[in-house]
This record gives sequence, C-alpha cells and structure tokens, in this order.
Amino acid sequence: MIKKGKFSTKKNGTGFIILPVLLIILLVFIPMIQALFTSFQSGTPINMSFNGLGNYQRMLTDTTFRKAFFNTFLYLIIQVPIMLFLALIISAILNDKKMKFKGFFRTAMFLPCITSLVSYSLVMKSLFAANGFVNQILSNLNLISAPIQWLTHPIWAKVLIIISITWRWVGYNMIFFISGMQNIDPSIYEAADMDGASSTQQFFKVTIPNLKPIILFTTITSTIGTLQLFDEVQNITLGGPANATLTLSQYIYNLSYKFTPNFGYAAAVSFVIVIAIIILTIIQNKVGGEK
Amino acid sequence: MKGKVLSFIKYFLLIVMSILSIFPFVWMVLGMTNKTIDITAGKLMIGDQLTINFTNLFNNSLNFTGALRNSAVIAVITTVLALILSSMAGYGFEIFKSKTKDRIFNFLLLSMMVPFAALMIPLYRMFSQLNGTPLRSIGINSMFVVIVPSVCTAFLIFFFRQNIKSFPKELVEAARLDGLGELAIFFRVYLPSAKNTYAAAAIITFMNSWNNYLWPLVALQSPEKRTVPLILSAMGASYTPDYGMMMCGIVIATLPTAAIFFVMQKQFVQGMIGSVK
Repeated sequence: MIKKGKFSTKKNGTGFIILPVLLIILLVFIPMIQALFTSFQSGTPINMSFNGLGNYQRMLTDTTFRKAFFNTFLYLIIQVPIMLFLALIISAILNDKKMKFKGFFRTAMFLPCITSLVSYSLVMKSLFAANGFVNQILSNLNLISAPIQWLTHPIWAKVLIIISITWRWVGYNMIFFISGMQNIDPSIYEAADMDGASSTQQFFKVTIPNLKPIILFTTITSTIGTLQLFDEVQNITLGGPANATLTLSQYIYNLSYKFTPNFGYAAAVSFVIVIAIIILTIIQNKVGGEK
Repeated sequence: MKGKVLSFIKYFLLIVMSILSIFPFVWMVLGMTNKTIDITAGKLMIGDQLTINFTNLFNNSLNFTGALRNSAVIAVITTVLALILSSMAGYGFEIFKSKTKDRIFNFLLLSMMVPFAALMIPLYRMFSQLNGTPLRSIGINSMFVVIVPSVCTAFLIFFFRQNIKSFPKELVEAARLDGLGELAIFFRVYLPSAKNTYAAAAIITFMNSWNNYLWPLVALQSPEKRTVPLILSAMGASYTPDYGMMMCGIVIATLPTAAIFFVMQKQFVQGMIGSVK
C-alpha cells in the first residue's frame, strides 16, 4: 500500500505529515547533533576549533558549574517530591464524594497555572522582599524575630525558589491525579470498605498503586521541567547571591550571552542536562514500571 | 467524632491551599494601586496610585504598548500555523496509519525530552546565519525567529493524534466513496467535528507563545522587537524596580490567559494536560 517517496495526500497521507516531520528534524534533531559537535569545540563563536574532550574536562574543575549542578539537583530532589505529595493529598481529598465546594477548590488551586513564569516570579519577588508581606506576616505570628533575607541569603533564596515553583505547579499536577483517580474502579474501594480498610489504608493500598502510571508520568515531566529551570531563578534572584541559586540552564545562558560567548563550553554543559534527563527517565521507568 | 475531626482537617487544608493559591492574584491587583515603597513594605490595602502607575507603564522608555503588539502578533501567528501543521500531522499519522509512520511518530516523541538549553545555541547560530541572506526576515531579531521553532511540536501532534483516535473512520471512507479528495475530507469532514480539540490546542499554544521567555530573550535583541515577558523581566531587573508600574504590566499580561481560562475552563484544562475526553 505504501509507496515510498510519493509526496501525495491521495493514498498514503505523506503530504499531511511531511512538513511537520521535516520541521521537527530541522529545529530539534539537527540542532541537537550540532550541539554535540559544538561541545567538542572551543574558541569565540566566529573562530571555533576542535578541542576534544577539553570542555568536559573543564567542567570537573569549574566551581560555578559544580554549584549550578548541585543547585539544579537540589531543586529536583526537594521540590518535585514535595509538589507531587501535596498534589496527591489534595487530589485524594477532592476525590471524596462527600466533600462540598469541590469545583471551587479545584479552580482555586489550578489558578496559578494561568500566570506566566516571568509574571509570577516577579510577584513572588515582591511578596518576599526584606520588609515585605511574607516577613511581616511571619513576624506578626511571632515565628521570626528578624526578617528573613529571602533574596540575599544563600539558603533562604533556594527555599524561596522551591516555594515559588511549588506554588505554580501543584494545581497542574493535581489535575492529572484527579483524572487518574476518577478512572479507578469504585468497586475496588467498596471491597476495601467491606474488608474494613481505613481511608488512610485505602489511600496507600488502593489509590497509590492504581495511580502508578500517572505518578510516573508527572515525575518524569516534572523532572524534565526542573532540570531546565530558568525563568524563575532569572527573575527572582538572578542566580544570586553569589550563584547560590544558579541553575544549569542559567549557566548555559550566561556562558553564551552574558559573559564572553563560549558556545563550545555552554554546549558541553547543555549535554549534561541531556544526559541527566536520559538517565533519570530510564531509572524512573525502571522503578515505576515494576509490578 | 473521628470522622468530624478528619473532615475538619480536610476542609482546613483545602481552604489554606486555596487562599495560598489565590492570594498572589489579590496581591498583584492591589499592587497596581500602590507605590513601590508600600508594596515592598507589604501594604495590603487599596492605594491611590492606579492612574499614576498606568501612566508610567504606558509612557515608559521600555515601550510596553509595542511589546503588547509584538506579543499578540507572534502569539496569533504561532497559534494559527501550529494548529494547521499539527492537526494535519496528527490526522496523517492516525488516518493513514502504517508501521513506518508509527516509527517516525515514536521518533518525533523523543524530541519532547530534548531540553531547550541544548537547542538554544545551535538555533541561535542557525538563525544568525540567515541574517546575511535574503531570508533575513526570519533571522535573529525578526518576529519569525520566535514563531518558527514553536509552530511544530511533537506534543501538539501527539495531542491531535490522541483525539483523532475517537473520530469515526467510517466517515472518511464514506467521504472517499463520495469522491472527495483527502484534503477536502480533512477540512470539510474532520475539522468541523473537532472544535473542542482545536480550542484546547489553540489555548495551550497561544499561552505558551504569550508567556515564552528564554528564546525571545536570546533571539530578540533590539528593544523595539521585545515581547511582554521581556519587558516585565527588564522592569524587575532594574536597579530600583517600580513595583506599582510592574504590577500593572503583570495584570495586563495575565488578563488574556485569565479571560480564556474563565470562559473556556474545560478546554483550557484539557489543553494544559494534553487530553480531551
């Protein structure tokens, strides 16, 4: 049936897919291969020469790279579990038939998703200013004696980034979990009820195992997203103080456009993200795929 | 008794989370009416600076009006092109299913894992090269440099393909027997039946384009080409940010997506999570 090399929509539909396929190859796969080649080169953008594994060796001794790498993985390890756990809890509560005002709660918690990453980052920056709203609330509640330096303290700045991303994405993941929970056969819960399982037991023994594919999916998308973190850090702390919040994407941007452009080294750093995504996706699939 | 306590905890949690989710919106709206000094001091009241902040926003050297226009034009063109290309591709992959096509499709899906940071430099160099050729109108600093990389994503093709799965293929067969060409079948039989899918896809594409930051930051260097997120970011990064003015800008930038969300909530959520059921 399939006639090779015939660009017609008549019989095989190649005409429908040819342009999009070529565009994705041209704008994703070819650049990707170019980035790999660039990562073995050094020099200024107009005068690049082969440098072997030089860029990759440089990373091993680059303290800024080490910071960016450490920060990115710290965000990943702390933020993704907190966010997914919160989203799971809220979804489980909202999935309870007896709860009232579900529509309102769901809409309210989804609302952060309508903001642009730049906009909400700037809003967070204003809320967490040194004498800002959050510090005032905390000091009125007698939780702190002196204002927390959210934007200029190396640890609190990281906490602020984590709080911000969590605010933006809990509702998004919640939608996936709720739709997953609605697909679980109610008779399983009825059977669990008959066996006298408490709601906590049902959550861990019925809900979680049945949601496994969706938890896997949200973990992978969140991981890919967090490894590419840029907009928030760029607009809340600009990577500061002293690179304490710098991410890998931001370092790549700085290497290419902020400092004297070094495309070769920047491309090598970008391949660290590529490799991290591949490894983590494989691990998560292995762990999540087990029965 | 135990049930009551549990139910209290549940509502308490939901209410707290809802307040936390909504509060930043209240904050930005209040911020529109206040001075910078009041905003950074955590003032939670309506002020009297609304007109001043608005005037500052629109009479600023950053040219917010121009940025609104740039963003709108880019987002609309991106959305139209993305819908046409991706829906045709999704349709092609599903209606003309074959082993080869499925292999190509699975290959395309891999592109969803590629981080943009890895593409940024090659894309920048690729588009820079165009600047010296007759194709400079799609080179760096042009509107199309932002549009072209977003018009075709594996995500959107996947989205359309998923939704075409539930489209009755007999309709295609029947139309063929009536002597309709394949393109005519696509535009006259399939397209009118998939309004919801198109709406959801349009929303997500428009929103992604409207909010896009990193690539425009790299590719649009001349000030008059900048989009809304770039201007907002520049306002926030200045040495003494004018928060009142910035909040006006943020609210205006959020209005289109907020309006779409409240009018078409169902399609909005479907577009975000990438499925229509």
